[in-house]
Amino acid sequence: MSMTLQSDEELFSAIADPSRRRVLDLLVSNGAASAWRLADHVPFSRQAVSKHLVVLDEAGLVSRRKQGREVLYQVDPDRLHQATRAMADLAAQWDRRLNAIKRLAEAAHAESRNQAAIPREPESLSTKERT
Amino acid sequence: MESLMVEREILIEAPAEVVWRTITEPDQMVLWFADRVDLVAEPGAHGSMHFGEHGGPVVVEIVDPPTRFSFRWNHPGEEEPTAGNSMLVEFTLTPEGEERTRLRVSESGHELHHWSDVEKQRYADDHRGGWATHLDRLANLLAERP
Repeated sequence: MSMTLQSDEELFSAIADPSRRRVLDLLVSNGAASAWRLADHVPFSRQAVSKHLVVLDEAGLVSRRKQGREVLYQVDPDRLHQATRAMADLAAQWDRRLNAIKRLAEAAHAESRNQAAIPREPESLSTKERT
Repeated sequence: MESLMVEREILIEAPAEVVWRTITEPDQMVLWFADRVDLVAEPGAHGSMHFGEHGGPVVVEIVDPPTRFSFRWNHPGEEEPTAGNSMLVEFTLTPEGEERTRLRVSESGHELHHWSDVEKQRYADDHRGGWATHLDRLANLLAERP
């Protein structure tokens, strides 16, 4: 359980950065590519691309292989699917919180409206009426 | 410039002031959010939130009652949340009549540090649907590949 949590956190922080998502995006649409090739298509340096690839690699989102003198990176489909699911989970989590806020706020509002509509009777009077 | 991870909204049958108290008062926040909340809704205030054994620091950003409330957290990180390491949670309350409020929440990612404004704008335009949609698209593209 805690292992899953840990790897989800790693996955999350890997995809939280838009530049890394840009790199992922390129790898998905173009297939395997080297850091050099990727750097031609992004507005940041090859060094930055390499750093992003390291993080993506550690999160398991990309895998690397050597081809000649180049290192090629490609997307891991299973891990990407897991990332997609993590995003759906995040949305579901906020939906649960929003629903809880709705219940709380509507209950508080109903309560304050009732209090305004029925002025509270003095304690002694209501006790007398009940007996 | 933040990158949107998720955006959700809900319609609540209560005035914005009531919704505002629900989302900003710690004794209410423990009912819908974290197990322990130590937070004052003031701009720049440092606090914390805990979920069972997990949790960490929170920094309040915008407090504009009863329409905007935002804070930064890097759950489950322990470091002080800053623009570079954290997620920004933003609540927007829009009154729709006297007794109805539309509540929108967004959670967004890290800032784009080294892009020019034009590049940031282009990226934002490309990803207007949010990251979840973007990932769906990625997954679809991937599925189409041989």
